[in-house]
Amino acid sequence: MPDQPVRVGLFVTCLVDLFRPSVGFAAVKLLEAAGCTVEVPRLQTCCGQPAYNSGDKADAQALARQVMDAFEGFDYVVAPSGSCAGQIRAHYPEMFADDPAQFQRAQHLAKRTYELVSFLVDVRGMDRVAAHYDGKVTYHDSCSGLRELGVKQQPRRLLASVDGLKLAELPGAEICCGFGGTFCIKYPEISDKMLAEKTADIGATGADTLLAGDLGCLLNMAGKLHRQGKSVRVRHVAEVLADMTGELPPIGAPAEETR
Amino acid sequence: MRATSHAFKANAHEALVDATLQKALGIMKSGFQVRRAEAIAKLPEFEALREAGRAIKNHTLENLDFYLEAFEAKVLARGGQVHWCRTPAEARDTVLGICQRLGAKTVTKGKSMIAEEIALNDFLEANQIVPVETDLGEYIIQLRKEPPSHIIAPAVHLVKEQVADTFRASHRELDPARPLEDARTLCDEARAVLRQKFLRADVGITGANFLIAETGSSVIVTNEGNGDLTQTLTKAHIVLASLEKVVPTLEDTATILRLLARSATGQEFSTYTTFSTGPRRPEDTDGPGEYHVVLLDNGRSAMLGTEFQDMLRCIRCSACLNHCPVYAAVGGHAYGWVYPGPMGAVLTPNLIGVEEAGHLPNASTFCGRCESVCPMKIPLPKMMRHWREREFEQELSPAAYRAGLSLWAFLARRPALYHAMTGIATRVLGAVGRRRGRFRTLPLASGWTNVRDMPAPEGRSFQSLWAERRRSKPARKT
Repeated sequence: MPDQPVRVGLFVTCLVDLFRPSVGFAAVKLLEAAGCTVEVPRLQTCCGQPAYNSGDKADAQALARQVMDAFEGFDYVVAPSGSCAGQIRAHYPEMFADDPAQFQRAQHLAKRTYELVSFLVDVRGMDRVAAHYDGKVTYHDSCSGLRELGVKQQPRRLLASVDGLKLAELPGAEICCGFGGTFCIKYPEISDKMLAEKTADIGATGADTLLAGDLGCLLNMAGKLHRQGKSVRVRHVAEVLADMTGELPPIGAPAEETR
Repeated sequence: MRATSHAFKANAHEALVDATLQKALGIMKSGFQVRRAEAIAKLPEFEALREAGRAIKNHTLENLDFYLEAFEAKVLARGGQVHWCRTPAEARDTVLGICQRLGAKTVTKGKSMIAEEIALNDFLEANQIVPVETDLGEYIIQLRKEPPSHIIAPAVHLVKEQVADTFRASHRELDPARPLEDARTLCDEARAVLRQKFLRADVGITGANFLIAETGSSVIVTNEGNGDLTQTLTKAHIVLASLEKVVPTLEDTATILRLLARSATGQEFSTYTTFSTGPRRPEDTDGPGEYHVVLLDNGRSAMLGTEFQDMLRCIRCSACLNHCPVYAAVGGHAYGWVYPGPMGAVLTPNLIGVEEAGHLPNASTFCGRCESVCPMKIPLPKMMRHWREREFEQELSPAAYRAGLSLWAFLARRPALYHAMTGIATRVLGAVGRRRGRFRTLPLASGWTNVRDMPAPEGRSFQSLWAERRRSKPARKT
């Protein structure tokens, strides 16, 4: 692994900030293990994707400018989410196609922005983690990370090094879970149908744990698995890779339940 | 057909509670995806072909007027005619005029989405001309008086028991007690019934997968051979095509044909690929007496030069439908007009207006699978987002949703206020939800909690915890 420290700005993401701060700390731990110094700009809130995907271009641009301001000067910007990293990498430049000055800034930021696990593997050359997890896990490939950023093998590579962990591939792992940001509340019936197919596929793997790299999808799937009374534990992949599962209950589980 | 796209939500609900439809969709989903993946795995140059196909279509669209006029000149030179139609009404009148001049009583039809777009069958029937669909799927839904639910597999929403019931109810001249259990028997019966209709037809109408400027030819691809019979046995062959179907050369056609069947059905090539050039010549043994191309615009030329121009590269392969999880959940009829799935979500608002079809570009998770399988690399999610932008600008999106969005954006643009407010909210929710770990109901979140629990937050925001950690260990250096 390269030993020159690099300055990483952590884009926490709004969902991690509010629902699952431990994922943020897992990201910090992994980034530090990969030889990075991590800073968390206070000016960040959300990448603006809900506005952008709702057609509210003015607010989306304002939030993008806020992110560009907040993350000026870092070597890299890393997010524990393919969706938010994809928004910055794939969509910030196109959002400013008609504004040359902002476009340049957006491109500059886009080039330095990564999803957490692909950053660790592709940029920092990480090929193993020091972690232990007793369980049979299955992995859902969240859409934006997969198709916008090419996140596919990187989490599997690192999970393979986790002591005690067995991976059972999820049939249809690349099919959307039905979250889709505001889609899941705008079209709840369709979302539910997609989600039910996903949880059926998860059940068919016989895995006791479901992992993914995006908290939106994870909240969605965890919520359904609990509603269906299924005992599958749901976690962000970073929690497992950072070996933090011992102190933290799975998503949607009671506070005393850890593993 | 009368559009019901505005009622997409209600249509989708109907579809989701229809057990037979759900069974049919379940069968469809796996078949198309697996066959496409297998076909593409066997073709290492598939990605290069996609680039080539895109380049051909982009070049053609940049020079559309030139290639359409070149096409017309070749058609005329071969003794055919091109009818330029701005609207569905003009196209319908043109078809009717040809049929009436030839004294046609029956017309056979190959599969054509343009015929659906201009609602041709109802119009011909109203003018005492009997249209007979000859594509098996189209024939079935014509008997059932239903619109197609898929652009290449129009009856994919049905299971074979429904087809058997339809045939028993429609083919009354046949023994009512005949067995109709398996697909083969159903095909044979349709084939026997249709053969008689081919022989009696006066005019044959087909669609076109391509119009070739270099030769003045139209091309159809089918798996049943019905298109060939439709167009060769009659007094006139009428080709219905929208203007973006034109490609410059035969060579270009060959390039795109290599993408089309693989993307559509996973075949290397469709069973029949038929090139038609002009009417029957004196030395030909068969062929139509006249050859007409009805060239429909219907809003497409207005897409040129806009953010929707890329949509005109579409070759109607249906890969985007076949890989769309929303289409797989609700089927094609829910979309409420001719073109369903992701391509319909972009095209339909262009053709019938975003006021009617505004739901369609919203009913997507932007999972991006459609774009990833599109042989023409059409950025479908991006164009759906363009529609959402127009709806937002025109204030067509629901008021409550817009209000919620602006409140959230107001906060998100003020980080200090945002962190203060959300910090309180997450503490409250975390404290209340801590014991169970999740909520079964939450005020203002019924869209979420009606079908799934809401996992409880841990209780503190990352930002507040991070600030604490920085205060306790201010000089964190590696």
